[in-house]
Amino acid sequence: MIRQVRVAQSGMAGDQMSNAMILLIVLGLGAVGYFLGRRRALAKVGGDPRGLHSLPRYYGANVAMNAVVPALVLLVGWLIIQPIVINSAVSGMIPESAVSEGSSISLLMSDVRRVADGLDAAVSQGVMTEAEALRLDEDAVKEALAGVGVALGADVTAETLAAAQRYREMAGTGNVLKAIVIIGAALIGFAVAFGRTTPDFRARNVVERGVMMVLIAAASIAILTTLGIVLSLIFNTVEFFRLYPASQFFFSLSWNPSFSGRGGGSELGILPLLWGTLYISFIALLVAVPIGLFAAIYLSEYASKSVRSVAKPLLELLAGIPTIVYGLFALLTVGPLLVQVFGDDGALGVDWMQGGTAVMTAGLVMGIMLIPFVSSLSDDIINAVPQAMRDGSLGLGATHSETVRQVILPAALPGIVGAILLAASRAIGETMIVVLGAGAAARLSMNPFDAMTTVTAKIVSQLTGDSDFASPEALVAFALGISLFVITLGLNVIAMMIVRKYREQYE
Amino acid sequence: MTDASLHKKGKSLLALDARTKKRNAAEARFKGYGIAAIAVSLFFLVALLVTIISNGVPAFTQTYVNVAVTLDAAKLDKNGNRDIDDIKKVSTFGYKPLINAALVDAVAGIETELSDKDVGKILSASAPAVVRDYVIANPDQIGETVAFRLLTSSRVDGYMKGRVVREDLARDKNLDAAHLDLIDVMVGQGSVERVFNWDFVLGADASESRPEQAGIGVSMLGSFFMMLVVLILALPIGVAASIYLEEFAPQNRFTDLIEVNISNLAAVPSIVFGILGLAVFIQFAHLPQSAPIVGGLTLTLMTLPTIVISTRASLKSVPPSIRDAALGVGASKMQAVFHHVLPLAMPGILTGTIIGLAQALGETAPLLLIGMVGYIATNYPDGVASGFLDPNSAMPAQIYEWAKRADPAFYERAWGGIIVLLLFLLTMNLIAIILRRRFERRW
Repeated sequence: MIRQVRVAQSGMAGDQMSNAMILLIVLGLGAVGYFLGRRRALAKVGGDPRGLHSLPRYYGANVAMNAVVPALVLLVGWLIIQPIVINSAVSGMIPESAVSEGSSISLLMSDVRRVADGLDAAVSQGVMTEAEALRLDEDAVKEALAGVGVALGADVTAETLAAAQRYREMAGTGNVLKAIVIIGAALIGFAVAFGRTTPDFRARNVVERGVMMVLIAAASIAILTTLGIVLSLIFNTVEFFRLYPASQFFFSLSWNPSFSGRGGGSELGILPLLWGTLYISFIALLVAVPIGLFAAIYLSEYASKSVRSVAKPLLELLAGIPTIVYGLFALLTVGPLLVQVFGDDGALGVDWMQGGTAVMTAGLVMGIMLIPFVSSLSDDIINAVPQAMRDGSLGLGATHSETVRQVILPAALPGIVGAILLAASRAIGETMIVVLGAGAAARLSMNPFDAMTTVTAKIVSQLTGDSDFASPEALVAFALGISLFVITLGLNVIAMMIVRKYREQYE
Repeated sequence: MTDASLHKKGKSLLALDARTKKRNAAEARFKGYGIAAIAVSLFFLVALLVTIISNGVPAFTQTYVNVAVTLDAAKLDKNGNRDIDDIKKVSTFGYKPLINAALVDAVAGIETELSDKDVGKILSASAPAVVRDYVIANPDQIGETVAFRLLTSSRVDGYMKGRVVREDLARDKNLDAAHLDLIDVMVGQGSVERVFNWDFVLGADASESRPEQAGIGVSMLGSFFMMLVVLILALPIGVAASIYLEEFAPQNRFTDLIEVNISNLAAVPSIVFGILGLAVFIQFAHLPQSAPIVGGLTLTLMTLPTIVISTRASLKSVPPSIRDAALGVGASKMQAVFHHVLPLAMPGILTGTIIGLAQALGETAPLLLIGMVGYIATNYPDGVASGFLDPNSAMPAQIYEWAKRADPAFYERAWGGIIVLLLFLLTMNLIAIILRRRFERRW
């Protein structure tokens, strides 16, 4: 795998080079444009900026902007579209018959790309000339590529080689065309803006409109990210359901992927994973909610200022610790400790626990992680309850704890429920603690000392190690991902609605 | 209950009746629960920190043995012409006997039941490579006797740190109790010593069989390049997005959509961002697997909501009078924001960015999916481009990698790695706090 990576690199390095060159040229044009635009504007009014509509630097910025921005947008678009165009053109060349049993067109295409990248690498390293690379036949190609450190798995068929040659040819023309079009666009933008630089030109307004566009684009990245998440999940999930029946995925009671990578014989039911996830989250909440809630009540209602100023940051320290630390804590400390208590020769002599990784281990540690989360959210919510309600209750003769239990908590209840839901969504989406602490076996069991596994842990194990995304065993991770996304999103939306509604109530 | 009935029973107002006592007891209990909750949380915090420190600190020292190795010319340079190519032909197997002989010499005065061949087991498998590298770098030293400080094997190191005891060695074919007796004497002589382990802090990861050699330095560089990507992308994009939303956005559907998206993204599990990174940057864009640039891009998307939220808060805290004054003297809206509001909000923005970066630095789950685990980070990146594009690990991914390995000697490394990681996080948070204290203005 590492070897392939290296090849991809050398193929990319060439690409990168030309892209970096284009980028440098465009940026250089922009910098030159700034100074020329500014000078021209000043020259037109004889060096007196008062004759200009805008400050001189806006004229410069206008030229620079017109040279750089359209060219860069074009470059990004080109980089996205060119591979798609080439891919579809080349994969059209491969006849149906060439796709052998147990393979797919996407696998073949990755072979094609690998051969093409390998040939590029060979040419750039000077092992062969361009003309030799074009004349290579399918028997020679494997040795030739092995010479430059490109290992090819299967034998290269004539179709693959032809496709690879076509791929290289198209990529080559594409790159030349790209350079011409983009630098051309930059020059045109430069010329137009430079020509428009007159004292009456409203350069500031134009530049500010441009800046506004950039701001809007930056804000839209949030939408693009969500879109990217949803699309990448949906596409791969659809692909998965084409290979594996959806009803099996949602209702099968067993999770048992085969590792042959050929598919077939795998049982990929989400229910055992969901059970493990919910069980662990439940235990985590069982730990975190009482402790977090009582801590919040104490800190906001009882604690003196000095206690509060020490205890609150310390609690928040727990929230700042990365989850990998909690994972390690679960695996190496809490797990063995629990075995000593509940295990075979344990202190209680009950033999409930076989190994250190268990639902209890992960749940307990996750609970610790969630304490500050619950407590700081509840703290905010309790503080939002109007002081008048406290005063009223205390004035009627209720003790402090009666006030908390009978007035403050009922008033804050919706908000606290929201906070608990947010914590639950955190627990369901948590990965590192369960990967290290919960075990790998998927099972439906009631014993909290059994090892179980979760949705997130299985996403990790199905997607690591293997770089082939065509098998149902790998694609199932995307279906798990979308389930996780929907569940956490649903919890978050409900929780936020509750919290917002509650806040409005007292504002 | 009326006053009259109280008086009838003849009770003093100062004596508490049963009901009041019960209520007061309930009050005390309730307060006790609160104190207990705080105490339990603090106990967890202390337990966590104590575990980390007690398990991790040993990783910062390492046991070395000092031996004087005679670099025998007859073995290392058979032709005698000091030709570097000839010297390079001698593999590490050629060096092993030399080192073993040196070690046997060193322990000559000590009584031991070990055969000469077995004595070498106290050394790390990396020892011949160390000597060979030295010889290749200094070919003129061939024929001389040179003092080396060589790594001991991880078992010996574990014995020195109290992790390995004699009983453990009964079934261990790598080391006998006799070795440990030998070590005890050598420690007394001063030829075996524990010193600060710079190789752990600065060095590269090693293969599964050599925990004594593994270091976190290379993955630290991987994390560094990732954070660079995050900083370069997330700060400008996050600030631009916040300025738009806070200062310019009209109240409409589009703005609402962005706001809802940002608050949802802040709560999406980090592993989902890993799936996004895998699908978009590796599957679709064919960026190299395991490369810090992919990790950086993925973490950028994850950190953006955090930065946007904190930046908006600090923009909001700049009072409107500043904007009004700027507008009043003829600045455009854009100029008012960029020349006046933004500089005033900058300390808050930087604080938020540092906290976002700290979060990104400790994040592991997305990195697992884009291939930063399972890659053994043995090479330092050569140059900046290689730092971004060549496969590397990152600190949390490296810790995870060590935690998964079979040899318990790696656990010590994992805990040690956590100390390094937490030190970075602590520093970043301290900088954020200092920035806030020194520069944040209350209006």
